[in-house]
Amino acid sequence: MSGPSLPKPDAETLRRRHEIVADMRIIVPGEGVVDTANEMRAFESDGLTAYRQLPLVVVLPETTAQVSRILKYCHDRNIRVVPRGSGTSLSGGALPLEDAVLLVMSRFNRILDIDFPNRAVVAQPGVTNLGITNAVEHEGFYYAPDPSSQIACSIGGNVAENSGGVHCLKYGLTANNVLGIEMVLINGEVVRLGGKHLDSEGYDLLGIMTGSEGLLGVVTEVTVRILKKPEMARALLIGFPSSEEAGQCVADIIGAGIIPGGMEMMDRPAIHAAEDFVHAGYPLECEALLIVELDGPGAEVDHLIAEVEAIAARNNSTTCRISQSEEERLTFWAGRKAAFPAVGRISPDYYCMDGTIPRKELPKVLSGMRELSEKYGLRVANVFHAGDGNLHPLILYDANEPGELERAEAFGADILRLCVKVGGVLTGEHGVGVEKRDLMPEMFDKADLDQQIRVKCAFDPNHLLNPGKVFPQLHRCAELGRMHIHRGQMPFPDIPRF
Amino acid sequence: MTTFTPSTAEEVLETVQWAVSEEVPLEVVGHGSKRGIGRPLQTEHTLDLSALSDITLYEPAELVLSARAGTPIREIEELLFQHGQQLAFEPMDYGPLLGQEAGRGTIGGALAANLSGPRRLKSGAARDHVLGIHAVSGRGKAFKSGGRVVKNVTGYDLSKAMAGSWGTLAVVTDVTFKVLPATETETTLAIAGLDDVQATAIMAEAMGSSAEVSGASHLPEMVVRRFLNGAFGGGPRTVLRVEGFAPSVAYRSEKLHKLFAGLGPVEFLEADISRTLWREIRDCKPFADGTNAPVWRVSMAPTDAHQMIAALRMEAGVNAFYDWQGGLIWLRMEADPEAETLRGMITRFGGGHATLVRAPAPLRASLPVFQPQPPALAALSARLKEQFDPKGILNPGRMAAA
Repeated sequence: MSGPSLPKPDAETLRRRHEIVADMRIIVPGEGVVDTANEMRAFESDGLTAYRQLPLVVVLPETTAQVSRILKYCHDRNIRVVPRGSGTSLSGGALPLEDAVLLVMSRFNRILDIDFPNRAVVAQPGVTNLGITNAVEHEGFYYAPDPSSQIACSIGGNVAENSGGVHCLKYGLTANNVLGIEMVLINGEVVRLGGKHLDSEGYDLLGIMTGSEGLLGVVTEVTVRILKKPEMARALLIGFPSSEEAGQCVADIIGAGIIPGGMEMMDRPAIHAAEDFVHAGYPLECEALLIVELDGPGAEVDHLIAEVEAIAARNNSTTCRISQSEEERLTFWAGRKAAFPAVGRISPDYYCMDGTIPRKELPKVLSGMRELSEKYGLRVANVFHAGDGNLHPLILYDANEPGELERAEAFGADILRLCVKVGGVLTGEHGVGVEKRDLMPEMFDKADLDQQIRVKCAFDPNHLLNPGKVFPQLHRCAELGRMHIHRGQMPFPDIPRF
Repeated sequence: MTTFTPSTAEEVLETVQWAVSEEVPLEVVGHGSKRGIGRPLQTEHTLDLSALSDITLYEPAELVLSARAGTPIREIEELLFQHGQQLAFEPMDYGPLLGQEAGRGTIGGALAANLSGPRRLKSGAARDHVLGIHAVSGRGKAFKSGGRVVKNVTGYDLSKAMAGSWGTLAVVTDVTFKVLPATETETTLAIAGLDDVQATAIMAEAMGSSAEVSGASHLPEMVVRRFLNGAFGGGPRTVLRVEGFAPSVAYRSEKLHKLFAGLGPVEFLEADISRTLWREIRDCKPFADGTNAPVWRVSMAPTDAHQMIAALRMEAGVNAFYDWQGGLIWLRMEADPEAETLRGMITRFGGGHATLVRAPAPLRASLPVFQPQPPALAALSARLKEQFDPKGILNPGRMAAA
């Protein structure tokens, strides 16, 4: 893809590269520093593979003390730092910079404490999301947020992106399931936020850190809440003649006071691609397919399955299958979970978007997407976290066709503009990164962005951590504009005072 | 001494800009129902948001509600109730504890104080349910953050930054919250006769079961008569709440009953009584005694909390009960607040934090009401405050000495 514009590399840093590499080897002895182009190639991009850039040097520390020394070193010498977990970001959040140290946290891979009575796990940030569940499932526990990359993505990366997953309507996002972190600030200071207790004694810095995309600090330890696995989960696979009827069914389910464990929708192109790929038995004649999963005690699940079935029938469902076994439930999910690779089979390339909309706007947004699809001459398949309004349109294109990739990007940007226009947001769970950075002004005006950058200034006044991500322009903190002082009259003299 | 009572966000902006220009601090209040929490303020002027009151959007099927910051929380809860929904974070009412009438407080205040209730341990606090805000910073700039959808990672979450900031960063003018279906019914299991140690173990076991317990509290002998007009009689009670659809509540409460059958008689409280009990636990009824005796709200890891209390009892006269599986301690001191002793104990027994939620003003002026932070963290918090409110216009000194 046409690469994003990134901050101009600092010539002085590039010139001193050998010295910096040597100093990194002193801080992280052994195999922890990678500096040859060949070896660094493995780190040149994240999950957004269209963008590539070799870093200045790759450093893989193993201890918080090393992270602290690296950051202090870079801080004192004005060297930029890009933190990276497993590198599964879909928004280019871990895209390296030519003049930046790439700080890879993958060697922080130990679980430090499993505390069942307090339902907490303390893990190093490089532990995978699924690794936490694997460590506790022998006692019937799990970690609830389940991004689809959970086999690979790290818990530290989950904190950076505030990752979601199909279960977050009922069980919350990363922000609702993280109890505490240890982090290192760019000046090398180590701070701890939260712990196994709830809430903060001061400002909710943990809330600010979660989803901050590596711009505020480097997480070196994470404490998460674990939950007991529900006794049972069953799913319904429901076909509808239109997305409007499927959307109304979703609204009616929630209107009936039911919050399903998962509720996913697919449109006709996505249904066909998935069925051709995994043969899950999806009905091919319907325009919209819902998967509704109910979890909890058996008595509750059975009760709610019957209610959802009745609601679906009232909304003109054409097919409704109810899983009769765990195997069948997993088959229902197999097609949805394989939707991305399935689309990959019918198109040389695809581009995954991540807007969120108020659910009721779905028909409008889908029809808008159809119009855009015609305008750009590119097909689009839709998978949709129906419960929480998070859309994943997959734009089909061929990078080898001149101009198609630019058209796909322009199409994607138009979809996100549409999402914002109907009251939604640019990104539900993939992050802004470099990918959606230049669209931020669609959602935020200058005052909004300035206040966010001011938060950045409190943590990292010289903008050394992950610059070029999230914000279209990162003004120097000192240049953010002085306060406008107008001495004068008391405000709105005509309103009541006491 | 002027009280500004703006009825629009623009008027709030104008007031703050004026205060910035004149460099005069403002006390920012909604109903003032939690005014007694924090270090006493000595501001000349007050920014009263109670006229900034309106529910501006409510879409039950979308699980979302927006309101002006000064909207009474009671009004919001009544509207939600009519539609079978609720604020799942179960915001407590500090009024009775602080010697004020019950049922006051605004939605903006709920966010500023990051209110929650017994369901905190399952469903989170205000911070976990706020979706978006409009606010005016102490720089006199209007800004927004978040939106009206649950899944949103676009930019920093400044809505969460407002949670628990006690009006010291920005004046929130509009809030959007996630709302959830109200629970159809509930029941509470009351187990008699457990001491703090046994109760902590039982609550951990209950929370670690698949019974989806939504409240776990231990009411020691010294407080138990203060609940339900003394209906429990004597002896400590450990209470476990199960909420949800009727068949599910029946099934799960029976499951818990079996789990704890060996512990002696277990009493089941009917839905109405259960609701009353948890409201009383939520609002700290035993210490809402009309006095101004020091009351602490302490948050610790659940299994650490009772150990800290046992050690503290050796040093000071205290009366305590536990919510949040034991992790939330409501603590009334019989004499002095003993701030240093208490906080030293908390550190010794695994960490956490203590807030002096009730005490006479002179004590609140001389003691750190909020838990002091280690130097690096305190400096970071101060830098954050500086970025929002460099001149210290908004509630100066309420959280930390200005």
